[in-house]
Amino acid sequence: MKNRIFLIAVLLIVACALPFLVSNYRTFQFTLVLVYAIALLGLNILTGYSGQISLGHGAFYALGAYVTAILMDKAGMPYWATVPAAGAVCLVAGFLFGLPALRLEGLYLALATFALGVSMPQLLKYHHLEKWTGGVQGIVIAKPEAPALFPMMGLPLNPDRWLYFFTLAVALVMFLLAWNLLRGRIGRALVAIRDQHIAAEAMGINGALYKSAAFGVSAMYTGVAGALGAIAVQFVAPDSFNIFLSIVLLVGIVVGGLASISGALYGALFIQFVPNIADEISKAAPWAIFGIFMIGFVYLMPTGVAGAIRLLIVRRRSP
Amino acid sequence: MEAFLHQVLAGLSTGGIYASLALALVMIYQATHLVNFAQGEMAMFSTYIAWSLINAGVPYWLAFLLTVGISFVLGVCIERIIIRPVENAPVLGVVTVFIALLVILNSVTGWIYTYTIKSFPSPFPEGMALGRFMSPHEVGAIGVTLLVLLALYGFFRFTPLGLAMRAAAQNPVSSRLVGIRVGWMLALGWGLAAAVGAVAGMMVAPIVYLDPNMMSGILLYAFAAALVGGIDSPVGAVIGGFVVGILENVLGAFVIGNELKLSVALVLIVGVLLFKPSGFFGKVHVTRV
Amino acid sequence: MALLEVKGLQASYGQTRVLHGIDFAMEKGSITALLGANGAGKTTTLRALCAMVKTQGEIRFDGQRVEHRATEDIVRLGVAHVPDGRGTFLNLSTEENLRLGAYTRRDRAAVEADLERVFGYFPRLRERRGQQAGTLSGGEQQMLAVSRALMLAPKLMLLDEPSFGLAPLLVRELFGILRAINEREGVSMMLVEQNAAMALDLADHAYLIETGRVVLQGSSDELKSNDSVRRSYLGY
Repeated sequence: MKNRIFLIAVLLIVACALPFLVSNYRTFQFTLVLVYAIALLGLNILTGYSGQISLGHGAFYALGAYVTAILMDKAGMPYWATVPAAGAVCLVAGFLFGLPALRLEGLYLALATFALGVSMPQLLKYHHLEKWTGGVQGIVIAKPEAPALFPMMGLPLNPDRWLYFFTLAVALVMFLLAWNLLRGRIGRALVAIRDQHIAAEAMGINGALYKSAAFGVSAMYTGVAGALGAIAVQFVAPDSFNIFLSIVLLVGIVVGGLASISGALYGALFIQFVPNIADEISKAAPWAIFGIFMIGFVYLMPTGVAGAIRLLIVRRRSP
Repeated sequence: MEAFLHQVLAGLSTGGIYASLALALVMIYQATHLVNFAQGEMAMFSTYIAWSLINAGVPYWLAFLLTVGISFVLGVCIERIIIRPVENAPVLGVVTVFIALLVILNSVTGWIYTYTIKSFPSPFPEGMALGRFMSPHEVGAIGVTLLVLLALYGFFRFTPLGLAMRAAAQNPVSSRLVGIRVGWMLALGWGLAAAVGAVAGMMVAPIVYLDPNMMSGILLYAFAAALVGGIDSPVGAVIGGFVVGILENVLGAFVIGNELKLSVALVLIVGVLLFKPSGFFGKVHVTRV
Repeated sequence: MALLEVKGLQASYGQTRVLHGIDFAMEKGSITALLGANGAGKTTTLRALCAMVKTQGEIRFDGQRVEHRATEDIVRLGVAHVPDGRGTFLNLSTEENLRLGAYTRRDRAAVEADLERVFGYFPRLRERRGQQAGTLSGGEQQMLAVSRALMLAPKLMLLDEPSFGLAPLLVRELFGILRAINEREGVSMMLVEQNAAMALDLADHAYLIETGRVVLQGSSDELKSNDSVRRSYLGY
């Protein structure tokens, strides 16, 4: 336990120092890593802990992003207020989608969420909603400025750095929340439902409620990530939220590792930086390289990076 | 009234294509209890192969047959090389491999052929239509689809190999005890599914034009069709295909507009899974504790 | 040369060892019974012969070593296994079940002749030939399972608990037909049975298995007159 706290402290220090050590563009990339980590944490709560597969979480990311964009653009809300709003909307939406979805297992749920993920762009382009969603062109958002007090303290905080710290703060809150949730009764209940749902019901756990709630919470996380992502990128458009986004998120948890909070971080690093590497290997077919990575991980490292590290630690500990 | 009839008939035509793809999905599901998320991309890739052959000067029907054959072989290879190692892996792993396949096929196709939309020829000459109601291609597509479905039915029902494949899908243990090589039956099933998908792709390409992303929406309709009919019922898949085709066209033209047609598929999928998860022709499954 | 020779057969389910070194042999044309209580390892022995479980040791069939071969290949050597639970293809018709039994055979005319012969032994199956096999009664499914094995034209038939769930009258009828098949067609048989009395009436030789080991062997007459067998398994 002490080792863990030490590690987390080191990580935090590195995270805080990062924007001052690298270029603005890199800072922006790391902001996105944090965004993905939050989204992956959400998906992990659903798939890793609750055993439900979603191939459509990109839809909730999109929902969160659009809530933020619409509130900022049409209602003039400040960016930081839109984040909880996006979370709330996605929590409700996820819970509602989860209610019917709880009757579906494994592959069937994957199918239904796949359908959601594929149809999302079309829904976003629907011309009756255009005056809110901006149709095919989407919505452009103004870049947030660092609050006035910081320049006065002598800290040179440009917008990219400010955004990074804002996102970091939200990420820390979300991670703490998840950690608390999952290590207690709720986490154990979810695992019980995942592994032996009939036995769990017999023990008095209301599987239906937990599963819908899990869906709602995971959607909320992904929605918050979407909101932060929209703020970072300053732009939302329907075609950036197609099925490939959902697939990217899936890749993230497979690579990072299921049922683990640290897995979300590994996965996020992978999906932010590896596409660039893939691009360099093959300019024309980066996704093919990505796909090969995916298959490789399923064959060779099915518990993801987090699982592999856990195995290494266990092996080193046992004599 | 005429417009309605036209939509229904057009729906029958696209429905045939959905039926073929849905049948491919059901064939794989029956044998493996897995949903082949990459079915659409496999069909798309096959259609591009056909396009290459036709562009190289091969006459249409020869290219058609060659493509079906090549797709069959590709299907067998994919099953033996990529799917077999993960057959018994946990669901998430299997789904990931399928999605990876989807992504690889899509990307490789885009790389080889670029993303510019291409036109794909229809083998059915102008002028042999049902008057003003259907275009020659629409009639032809239904004809080809029905032929393929009949051939498959005959194969499974009346040939020893077809019987063996059905047996292997239903009861692999007993199948081994009569000497059936279950692994190869699975590979054959994939080959057939790939071949059927190729036919579906070649029939739909003249309508929606050839581009690497052409099948994702169609795959969704095929999923809906397979679910409506019952994911383990081939007959159901076929009927489901025609139903979905007609619903899509009629609703798209008269109720919700063409823009939201994909949502029809989404609503169907979620609706069926909620209210009649075994579909209209499938079997209800009881889970053993 | 014995038809079937087994030396030091061990078998495991995962990490659990169930058979701890079984030796036995079978002559061509004989009927051998494997007796023992529940969980003794009788079914596992039959499964081991067909490579359905992990095994160690030697299995020789018709002079060939088969312990490393796949189930489908062992079947092709002429071993027909009627599994416990019958293994019927429930969604296929009776006739389709029978034809599957002959899946590996190339001699079409002989297959048709065998089909007629099987209907001769079990006329009820002819009546139900187009019916879905899952709708047959327990006894009929047992007949179907035996018939399917016969359609292989096997040299050796392995029968796992053929009397299970059948009324005594039906068992007598079935065993009578098995004896007839053995005498007329020379099909060797290995029978796993909890119903020791009926098994010993049918078989020539028997092996008694307890917790994965052979504890007694001999002709069926010898076993019938053995005191401990009589007390523990024959009830008198």
